[in-house]
Amino acid sequence: MHEVALAQSIVEIVREQARRDHVRSVKAVHLRIGALANVEPEALSFGFDAAAKGTLVEGAALAIERTPGAAFCGACGKDVAVESRLDLCPSCGSAQLLITGGEELRVTELEVT
Amino acid sequence: MCGTCGCGDEAAVHVEGDGEHVHVQADGTVVRHRHDPIADDQHEHLLPDGRVVRHSHPGGREPHLAHGVFTGHEHPAEHHHGLSDSEVRRIAVEQDVMARNDRAADLNRTRFAVEGCFVLNLMSGPGAGKTTLLVRTLDALKGRGKKLAVIEGDQQTSLDADRIRATGVPAVQVNTGKGCHLDAEMVMRALAKLPPPTGGQLYIENVGNLVCPAGFDLGEAKRAVVVSVTEGEDKPLKYPDMFAKADVVLVNKVDLVQALGFDLATLKANVRRVNPKAEVLDVSARTGEGFDRWIAWLDAAATQLASPAAAARVEATAG
Ligand SMILES: Nc1nc2c(ncn2[C@@H]2O[C@H](COP(=O)(O)OP(=O)(O)O)[C@@H](O)[C@H]2O)c(=O)[nH]1
Ligand SMILES: [Mg+2]
Ligand SMILES: [Zn+2]
Repeated sequence: MHEVALAQSIVEIVREQARRDHVRSVKAVHLRIGALANVEPEALSFGFDAAAKGTLVEGAALAIERTPGAAFCGACGKDVAVESRLDLCPSCGSAQLLITGGEELRVTELEVT
Repeated sequence: MCGTCGCGDEAAVHVEGDGEHVHVQADGTVVRHRHDPIADDQHEHLLPDGRVVRHSHPGGREPHLAHGVFTGHEHPAEHHHGLSDSEVRRIAVEQDVMARNDRAADLNRTRFAVEGCFVLNLMSGPGAGKTTLLVRTLDALKGRGKKLAVIEGDQQTSLDADRIRATGVPAVQVNTGKGCHLDAEMVMRALAKLPPPTGGQLYIENVGNLVCPAGFDLGEAKRAVVVSVTEGEDKPLKYPDMFAKADVVLVNKVDLVQALGFDLATLKANVRRVNPKAEVLDVSARTGEGFDRWIAWLDAAATQLASPAAAARVEATAG
């Protein structure tokens, strides 16, 4: 459940931004979570609600955008889509994949009043 | 809540023997402080001049102005200033959630480089044998005049640190409470108690968990993952993130392979599948089997770090 710690970091980032922008209340927090980020969105939502309690982030909706996993295949030289770290190259079957995308966990945008 | 840094009670991590803790602020400044336990009916305000006031009054923690100054205290969601929902505005943030940990990890890494200290982050599921392995490793290394130190991560107890200290090597225990992993800030705090030995080696035993520690860079030079033969051959496939980031995978308790009918070849094939680069070593922390190769791997890793090319690389990334 490292999602609890991640949710706390997210709430901290949002509060910091809210302080700078004189925000009254946060309606929604937009996140981008890669398919390979090792984050469970449900666990994150749960942790987020708990971490937001008693702050101006309380009650904010979490809007999660999932981004696909991507890799470069050293064998066939193609950029390919992958769903997990265990995938083989969908084009040539090689295991020589370098993960190039889908590991991110970012706060992208806030909706505030 | 702590008024200086906004850390919640849950975030309070305790290094044994001290209520002090360290925060790395957004700009990289390190703030070290301690706070007294806050009573349930008390709360804190951070004043514009940086002072923190703590008090209690009827209305509890409801948002309010403190001492006639608006303190940046937060409004609850239902609080309105004549703005309707149609006036919702959007703010672009684009912040990496791990950025703070990564900044702390960079500070640690720079400190280790300056001290010329080799650092290993030792991870595994619960009971795979990290502490036993560490004790035997320290016993093998300490006769050689190397300066050694250990940071022990555990949710509750300080038993593991006691086991380490029994070898004569200094250790500091970090209790993570509900936290299921060590993060770079906790390590920074621990280093304030037990500095990285100059020209020596620091071993960090992470919390027993194959998921959470994987995502948290501590500033270490190398990552070791221990998997024991009592756990099943499919562990690497179930926890690919952990195994994918390992520099070395130690297959422990090989003294039990026969008795358990464990399939070492399948386990290794599964490690290879998620991580073709990691060194895989069979060991028994109980009998000492395989320790020659393990110690040799550590020597090579520590020497590599001390090479001028590696030092230059560290300098380049730190600059
Ligand atoms: N048979 C056998 N038991 C081991 C070995 N290494 C550790 N153990 C046992 O496994 C249990 C857990 O070990 P410990 O070092 O506390 O694991 P940790 O939780 O990963 O630190 C203890 O009972 C150890 O004695 C080994 O190589 N062989
Ligand atoms: Mg242990
Ligand atoms: Zn391919």
